[in-house]
Order: sequence, then structure tokens, then C-alpha cells
Amino acid sequence: MSTVIPIGPFHPLQDEPANFLLTVEGEKVVDIEANMGYIHKGHELLGQSKTYDQVVIQTERICGICSVTHTVCFCHAVENLLGIEIPKRTAYIRTILGELERCHSHLLWAGLAGHFIGYNTVFMWAWKYREPVLDILEALTGNRRTSSILKPGGVRRDLDEKHFPKLLEIMSTLRGQTKMLLEAVIDDPVIHSRTKNVGVLTYEDAVDWCVVGPTARASGVDTDVRRDEPYGAYDEVDWEVIVWKDGDVFAKVAVRLLEIIESTKIVEQCVKQFPKGPILNTIKQIPVGEGIGRYEAPRGEDIHYVRSNGTNMPERWKVRAPSNVNVPSFHASCIGESISDVTITLASCDPCYSCTERMAVVVDPGSGKIIYTGNDLVRMGQEKTKAIARELGRPPDLPLKLEF
Amino acid sequence: MDIFKKALIKSPWVYHVGTSGCNNCDIEILDCLTPRFDIERFGIKLVGSPRHADILLVSGPVASHCKEPLEQVYRETPKPCVVACVGVCACSMGIFKDAYSVSGPPDKVIRAIDPNAIIVYIPGCPPRPEAIIMGIVKALQSLNGVAK
Repeated sequence: MSTVIPIGPFHPLQDEPANFLLTVEGEKVVDIEANMGYIHKGHELLGQSKTYDQVVIQTERICGICSVTHTVCFCHAVENLLGIEIPKRTAYIRTILGELERCHSHLLWAGLAGHFIGYNTVFMWAWKYREPVLDILEALTGNRRTSSILKPGGVRRDLDEKHFPKLLEIMSTLRGQTKMLLEAVIDDPVIHSRTKNVGVLTYEDAVDWCVVGPTARASGVDTDVRRDEPYGAYDEVDWEVIVWKDGDVFAKVAVRLLEIIESTKIVEQCVKQFPKGPILNTIKQIPVGEGIGRYEAPRGEDIHYVRSNGTNMPERWKVRAPSNVNVPSFHASCIGESISDVTITLASCDPCYSCTERMAVVVDPGSGKIIYTGNDLVRMGQEKTKAIARELGRPPDLPLKLEF
Repeated sequence: MDIFKKALIKSPWVYHVGTSGCNNCDIEILDCLTPRFDIERFGIKLVGSPRHADILLVSGPVASHCKEPLEQVYRETPKPCVVACVGVCACSMGIFKDAYSVSGPPDKVIRAIDPNAIIVYIPGCPPRPEAIIMGIVKALQSLNGVAK
């Protein structure tokens, strides 16, 4: 006999509303349906009534976590339309900001993942490590996240080089802290049993569902826009694409943490090679035509499309955010899992609904369903960790090693 | 002072309703919980159900699709409760003023079902965690009669 469990739309599992219908037989999930559209605000239509410089401010508000991502991606699309190159100093500024954003986004995710499996220590520590990254972003750009520093053709404001020693110091501390987190994850048998072989997305499934970013790289798909179609300063610095083959939640955690280390290396090299020069190619007129921008967001490949009719407003603006292709892969990774593992599996691709919801979905509310709240799911997930810890004879919430 | 209000201002529990925000305010609210700001030391705790909450933190404009769930959450919250609109979108809609699928800022939606609701506004895009903490403290002070 199967039962349908609705989760959401408001649930403590994620900070954004989304509704999941899980069909379960006993403890096993046999089907999953994601109903979204709670955050649909009509960004694309709104953007078509704004000028190109105003759209930039709006793109930052698509997603608060990837504010640099969407803005740079939109700028890439407009620059592609115009066929212009950006000054070298601008490319470096964009790269530094993008990598700092990747650091804070991955740390944020690592913390939330720790919370979902009942390791609140990881949540608190990862978010504590994230604060200095936001501090340096504030020093460099003027705000913790939405800085409005970017515009098509370049950047509005230059970075002040007097903050660079502090930036380098934060990057090297962050690398040590991330290595410590990584060791804590790799060594811990409780985290192993909660994440290894859980929510496996095989290579074939990853290709079939067209997943992108760390979700794909954890399944062995070697894809990264930063290397495949280099923009910014990525072809001038030395870094590696992290690829793991397992496809389970553990691989996704490891890929993200290792990417933070790569990001710190990229920022350090960018600071060392930081060129002098102008920061803006002034755009006088936007011709008729269309342009596509690609960008490797923390969650995967982001695509913006802009069509111009020669006026100062885009005729059509389309956003394809990474979560848009990652979320449907729950079909492949959640089915067959026990219900207490669904929490971490749903979270494992770092879904971001405010990026994704470009189209409203019709939801059939139905009736007479047993309601488990998302809170119950988190509790079940945390209880499973405790049970495993008891079996292994370990304290449930381990203190992390202090020295690194 | 009536006993419910007196109970409300001690150790307020907050429930986060991310109506349709862009994640920015939502993340800053979570940031308040983490070691640097740590609002739990004031007895402020994030809870998982509106039935346990004293304060609703609402972030973002209310998309049409989200209107009904928000009304339901407000009805489920025990009264009296404080509604805190976090961020400029929740205060005045911000850049989403002209969007077609947005049914209004949360204060309007909540006033429509309860004209006497206690609503406080925390502007900013996003408001800094310090601002969120200060907003909640001011709301509690005004209930206490310390400030208006």
C-alpha cells in the first residue's frame, strides 16, 4: 500500500517554499513529484521593461546567493551581442568576486547539509568560516552580497588594492579551515554511513537528466564552463576541475569542499597577477541582434539569452539557472531511498528555487493526505544519525578537531 | 499589560516564512543564528512550525501562488503575534512593484485578514543581521511600552 506524504510549501528543510509529494511504501520512496512556482515573480517580463543598466540591478535580485553569477552571465550575454571584449582588469575583478561567491555558497551548503543529517556542529562551524568571506566582499564592493558593482562592458567601481593583503590572509585561513572540515568528513564513520551510497546519481542518469555543476562532477561527468569556454581570468590561472565518480551525497560534499580550496587558489593567483588599466568599455548603443552568456555558477552552468531590437531595453531576456536542470534529477536519485535519507538527497544538489522559477506550475492540492511536516523529516534524518552513532559507539554530535 | 503580551516578549520564538524572496534576506536570517550573531543567547529561537511561533519573519514580496499559504500560516500562529517584514521587498515591494504575478507586500495580505495585526518593518537589501536583531528588539520594546 502506498501513501502520499506532502512536504511544504513552507518547511524548515529549505528557506524557500516548494512542495514535494513523496509516494512511499513503508519507509521506501517509490515516487516523487516536485511542485514549484511559489517564488515566481515574473523576472523576465519585468526585465523587458527596464533598460540594460537597470536589468543588471534586477539580475542581482534573481538569487541572493548567486548575485554575481547572474549579473556576470547577463553581462556576458550583452557583450556577446555587441561582440566586444572587456578590459583585462575587469576580467580579474569579475573572477575574484565570482570565486569569493563560490566559497561562501559552498560553505553555506556544507553547513546546511550538516544540519540536515543532525550535525549542527558542522552547520555552526561552516557558517562561522563563511563570515570572513562576506566581510572581505563588503570591504571590496561595499555590501555583503548584492553589491551592484557590475555592468555590461566592465564594472562600475574599481577594487581598492589596499584590501588585498587582508583578502590573501582570509583565503589562506579559509583553505586551512576547509581542509579541516574535509578531514572531519572523510574520517567520520557516522557521516560515511549517512552519505555513502545514499542518493546515488549514476553517470548514465546524470547524462540523461542533463545535470550540471558539482552535481554532475560528483557523478563523473567532466564538465565545467570555466575550463570548457574560459571567460574572465580562468585561462590565465592554474586550477583543476574536481571530478568524483561515485555520484552519492558523500561525493557531492567532497567535490564542493575541494572546489572551495581551488577557489582560494584562483583568488590568490588573480591577486598576484592583478593587472593595471581601465575598468570599463563604454557602450554607446546596443544593435539589433541576440547574445548568449554562459557562466559557471556555484551550482552549475548558468545561461542567459538576450535579444535586442535596437532600443535601450531587451526585447527578450531568458534565464536558464542551474537548479532548473538539477532539481528534476531527484527522480533518479530519491526513488528507492528510505524516507529519512530523502532530506539530505533533496538538499544534495543545492536547489535554489528563486533562481529556477521562471514559469508557474499548476498544483493540484488534493485532499485527505497524511501530513508530515518538513520538520518531521529533519527530525527523522537526525534520529537516524543518532542511531548509527549509537551502533558505532560514538557520541552523536562530534566536536571537530581544533588544530589545523 | 495583558498576560499574553507579557508572555510574548520573553524568549520570543520566530518562524521564518520565506514568501517569495530572492534568498538574500532568508540567508541573513539564518546568519543571525550562527556563531557571530547568535540570537539564541537572547532566547530568540527559530522554530519549525508556525503553531509554536511568537514572531513571523516574512521575507520577500508575496507572489500570487504564495498568498494562500501565507494567510494559512498567519491563521495558524497563536495570537498575539508580531509580523516582521524583513527586507525592502517585504516592506514596499522594491523592484517587484510592477511584476504581474505578485499580489502585494505581506503587510497588505495580512492586514486584509486581520486589521489589528502588529507589523514591524526591517528595510534593507538585504538587511544586515544586526539590523534584523535590532528590528526584533525594537518590536519587543514597543510591546513592552519602552518605546513607541
